[in-house]
Amino acid sequence: MRVIKNSVITNNVAKLCKQAAYILPNEITRALKQSKQKERGQAKKILELTLKNAEIAKKQVFPLCQDTGTAVLFIEIGQDLKIDGSLENALQAGIKKGFTENYLRKSIVSDPLFIRKNTKTNTPAVIHYNIVKGNKLKINLMLKGGGAENKSQIKMFNPTASKEEIIEFILSTVKAAGPYACPPFIIGIGLGSNFEGAALLSKQALLRNKSNKNPFYKKLEKEILQKINKTHIGAQGLGGKITALKVFIEYAPCHIASLPCAVNICCHSARHAGVVL
Amino acid sequence: MKSYEIIDTSLKELSKLKAGDFITLTATVYVLRDMAHKKLLKEKIFPLNLKDKIVYYAGPTPTRKGYKSGSLGPTTSVRMDKFCKEFIKKTSIIGIIGKGPRSKEANTCMLGKVVYFVALGGLGALGGSCVKNSTIILYPELGPEAVYQVQIENLPVIVAQDLKGNNIYGECL
Repeated sequence: MRVIKNSVITNNVAKLCKQAAYILPNEITRALKQSKQKERGQAKKILELTLKNAEIAKKQVFPLCQDTGTAVLFIEIGQDLKIDGSLENALQAGIKKGFTENYLRKSIVSDPLFIRKNTKTNTPAVIHYNIVKGNKLKINLMLKGGGAENKSQIKMFNPTASKEEIIEFILSTVKAAGPYACPPFIIGIGLGSNFEGAALLSKQALLRNKSNKNPFYKKLEKEILQKINKTHIGAQGLGGKITALKVFIEYAPCHIASLPCAVNICCHSARHAGVVL
Repeated sequence: MKSYEIIDTSLKELSKLKAGDFITLTATVYVLRDMAHKKLLKEKIFPLNLKDKIVYYAGPTPTRKGYKSGSLGPTTSVRMDKFCKEFIKKTSIIGIIGKGPRSKEANTCMLGKVVYFVALGGLGALGGSCVKNSTIILYPELGPEAVYQVQIENLPVIVAQDLKGNNIYGECL
């Protein structure tokens, strides 16, 4: 059986923190450049500055955004793999190391309501584990800012709800996020599963960089993106043709009584990085 | 779209600004956010002299050795709205930099006294590179939520509400 040392996991997670916080993914840079071409005036200038921001961050002195986020880890563990030591500890240690060594902001408090004391390490990360076939360990890290996360929503529709009703809910979520959540956005949508499942799907959708393989959902992604851009919320919510860069839908089977829909808003600084060990 | 540079940040100079002006700002600003507001307003004697100063709703990343600042960009202003009236009354500040529209109440209490600027959200690297000096002056135990005195140079900001109450997000009164 293949064995991975927990120190290897810790070091790789720390590296992912650095990569995600300082290097904007290529597909986002490309989408920002294309959007810049479509805009004029103030919106164009804002997108130019957004691209300049990514250039400055690339030099690895200043992170892309001061809100270096909640660390969200998606882990796929091959069932034929053995981890030497505690996987959970190795992952959390990697976040602590990555956030400390790379001068990232520690934004996590220990208790939501009463104490709210900063943990000073940005741990605990939110970790989602999946057991899969094989003997590899796949780690995907997302640094998710608070402003955009605060504007995300979920709604439990009736199973007979129409496509139009779903789109209307997504649009109203995007409009409410407006200038608060740093547009142009990337929109992650989770359809189906159950209450917590839909929320998780909507977050996983943000890790994708290609449109849907299913032709129905691919078409729906395109339709929603067009409608979002017709809101003219624009970059920074100050008007413009481009309000969202991408829309990604993840879907799953669900109960005969339900049609859950979760919308996870991601700011233009869509920070994620992954590795397979 | 107007674009010019503001260095003199007296109220007289700020009164020339109009909602929608896209300017670069050079000034000493006081960086603080949610928890610092809560703590400051509970103090028996207000511990800072912020008369005629500009506050910036933000929480920077830690400063790397040999540099002046970490990444610095605006946080959502509307979360500070519940403190806004009392804070302006106690400090006599003349400018606020933040992100996004504010409540009618906050817009009303800024009217005639405080210019509201929005900095570009998610552009912390650009913001950090505009910092010439940064010092924690209060509540270091709050970490990123401490109060910082920061010298900014040529920070791109947009005037969201001018002293007359014109507001880029819509009517304020």
